[in-house]
Amino acid sequence: MSLSRRSALLGVAGAVALGATFFHACAPTAQKAGVGIAADASSRVYVPPGSYDEYYAFFSGGFSGQLAVYGLPSGRLLRVIPVFAQNAENGYGYNAETKEMLNTTWGYIPWDDAHHPSLSMTNSEHDGRWVFINGNNTPRIARIDLSTMQTTEIVQIPNAAGNHSSPYVTANTEYAIAGTRFSVPIPQKDVSISSFDQEFNGTLSFIKADEFGKMAVAFQVLMPGYDYDLARPGKGPSADWVFFSSYNTEQAYTKKEVEASRNDKDVVAAVNFRMIERCVADGKAETWPSEYMHAIYDESTQTARSEKVTGVKVVKPADCAGAVYFLPTPKSPHGIDVDPTGEFLVAGGKLATVIPVHAFSRMQQAIADQAFDGEKDGIPILKYEAVNFCEIQNPGLGPLHTEFDGQGNAYTSVFITSEIVKYTLPGCEVVDRVPTYYSIGHLMVPGGDTRKPYGKYVIALNKITKDRYLPTGPELTQSAQLYDITGDKMRLLLDFPTIGEPHYAQAIEASLIKDKQVKFYRIADNNHPYVARNEQETNATRSGKTVHVKMTSIRSHFAPDNIEGVQVGDTVLFHVTNLEQDWDVPHGFAAIGSAHDAELLIMPGETRTLKWVAQFPGVYPFYCTDFCSALHQEMQGYVRVSPAGSATPLKWSIGKPAVTAAK
Amino acid sequence: MTSRARILFVVGSLLLALAFVLPLWAVYLQAPQYPEGLGMLIRINDITGLKPNDIDNINNLNHYIGMKRIVPESIPELRLMPIIIAALMATGLAVAALGRRWLARTWVVLFAAVAIVGLVDFYKWEYDYGHNLDTDNAIIKIPGMNYQPPLIGSKQLLNFRATSIPAAGGYALIVSLALGVVAVVIDWRRKSPAPALARRAVRPALQM
Repeated sequence: MSLSRRSALLGVAGAVALGATFFHACAPTAQKAGVGIAADASSRVYVPPGSYDEYYAFFSGGFSGQLAVYGLPSGRLLRVIPVFAQNAENGYGYNAETKEMLNTTWGYIPWDDAHHPSLSMTNSEHDGRWVFINGNNTPRIARIDLSTMQTTEIVQIPNAAGNHSSPYVTANTEYAIAGTRFSVPIPQKDVSISSFDQEFNGTLSFIKADEFGKMAVAFQVLMPGYDYDLARPGKGPSADWVFFSSYNTEQAYTKKEVEASRNDKDVVAAVNFRMIERCVADGKAETWPSEYMHAIYDESTQTARSEKVTGVKVVKPADCAGAVYFLPTPKSPHGIDVDPTGEFLVAGGKLATVIPVHAFSRMQQAIADQAFDGEKDGIPILKYEAVNFCEIQNPGLGPLHTEFDGQGNAYTSVFITSEIVKYTLPGCEVVDRVPTYYSIGHLMVPGGDTRKPYGKYVIALNKITKDRYLPTGPELTQSAQLYDITGDKMRLLLDFPTIGEPHYAQAIEASLIKDKQVKFYRIADNNHPYVARNEQETNATRSGKTVHVKMTSIRSHFAPDNIEGVQVGDTVLFHVTNLEQDWDVPHGFAAIGSAHDAELLIMPGETRTLKWVAQFPGVYPFYCTDFCSALHQEMQGYVRVSPAGSATPLKWSIGKPAVTAAK
Repeated sequence: MTSRARILFVVGSLLLALAFVLPLWAVYLQAPQYPEGLGMLIRINDITGLKPNDIDNINNLNHYIGMKRIVPESIPELRLMPIIIAALMATGLAVAALGRRWLARTWVVLFAAVAIVGLVDFYKWEYDYGHNLDTDNAIIKIPGMNYQPPLIGSKQLLNFRATSIPAAGGYALIVSLALGVVAVVIDWRRKSPAPALARRAVRPALQM
């Protein structure tokens, strides 16, 4: 090798090495954690031990089916309220007392997909009575009592599929709303899927909500077969209206990600429910024999019961002129949110390059002027230019949902570019934007959907967390981020993990519900059919192959704690009453080999039933699962199982000679 | 008796009426896991909880140390006390009406005796509850430990700090007795009050 060739080779190698170093230095590196965090963030969200948060926040559990209660601004998880999914932790949906809550015309459904908490309203302000949440999969709406934080009522929505645009209660909780994100044949029938545009419809349902125990489908509006995605009731001047976003005006039924994204504009449906009430009263509705299930939890008997309801009023828009209009809206709109004044309707066109803002007053003028651009199934389509107030320019890619701070600002979550964009209304100017980590779905300003938002914070509800926390295998937590919105610039204060998938959340001032929290149930008011109000009322009785044990628990024993005379093949129903009448003294109950039940977690003054089948001869323990007292470990007992046909009499006892059941 | 002393007797006797509506004595129990507090109020004819279920909850806690249940119906003093206080009221008003100094002194001595007997009796109940424990069934047994709450003041009993002090009705009784004593002392200073002076004394007394 000649010298010149060797030096040429060396030169090339050196150039490669230099180049590699140069390009490596240019490779992007991950953003450092902590970027963009307000300097005083920790003090802004720090709630000292023993102090209370300012807000209760209710976060949907998404595919967990439940509702999580957090404190804000600390982001501390306070409790998970079981709603649509059975909950082994306390026996909800397993035991006889609560199982009926999950009964539907499909039978017992142990799970649902819970999306949108909606706090009850009076005059478009939170009143602290209830929070409602929708089940998307098997269409349902649940009511949760804010004094007990228990699910007390669930109503199924007939003639529906994909109850996503729900429950979004109206200004005075007159109605909770339901809609169909999946159009289906209504009523259901066996047709070709390709007959979509003739046979498939959507429904928009109005569920009576202002009285516990009386939830019922007041009426349903039969709509063209679009996908009704989200909804918001109006407020103030628009309080008689509910607005529904929709996509798939293409009426695609396959390859929807492409086929349902073709139209430049889909529609927002504006529904005047007062006018529909009048049409129903005037006999313009049809009564269909549709069936749905209604479940209520009776606090007196501490037992849920469900009953089938038959018959719903169905209104066709063509029969109720002036009640339903379509507002053309770009493009596959997702959120449709109404500002605190009730004037501005902000649509998050998830494929649109702008955020269209419609004005309610312009909509009314357009109706008066008959500024129509055709009609669909008797529903006038208003001219876009006639209803649109402005388009927010450069909002980012994939705008979804909007909330308001009551100071003339709107905050829209933007999914694809993963940010929150802030703009003025009616100014329509973007004034700030802030990144979220990552892929924000809904967002929430405390009180942001009311007439008087509390402001202070905006909370991002994110779908992806990746590197935000210590990784936990392939399945990662989802999260929320809390931003300060009191200044001109939004400032990140806190990032906290959430249960399930937090779709939407709502927050209420703690003072509105804190002091009405029930501490325990009065034993004197317990009318459970198998209650034992004291230890003298405990017993064991046989009825065929079923043995009922009326049992009590109090620190630190069960009564009875010895049961004999159960036989193989018997079903033993342990009806356990927690006799405690003090705050924060639940008792648990579990028995070995419970193949038909989870555990029971029994609040003071409550009665719950564990179903246990005796399978093998022997002596089997049961015990308290909630560390209730210093002698919690001793809080246990035995049930003796004898072979079938054995002569051992049924008897029960605690610390004294056994009582034998009367023959 | 001077008019001033008689007025004091009327006021003192009427104050006793408060004992029929307000609790006489309070026993507060504080422990780490009871931030909201537990306690009982001794009333003229009953023992009630500071909160609705406190007596039951205290009884349930007491079973761990083998203490007897507190059952107001089984305490005879609670039936006697209304009669005694009513009698003190009636006689106090009678003393004011009759205006005899020896009656006033007797009333004060009797009231003081009732108060002393009452406190001694309360102490004996506390001693009995604190010492006579069901040792066969007690779960927590600490050699040498008794659970007698203090007659007045605070004392640590296991995880609970027990505080025993008069309550509003009790203070009414104390003030009533004190007014009786003051009345007697006023009369003591004036060996033989002239009726005219006594009448004049009415005005400043009313202005008090």
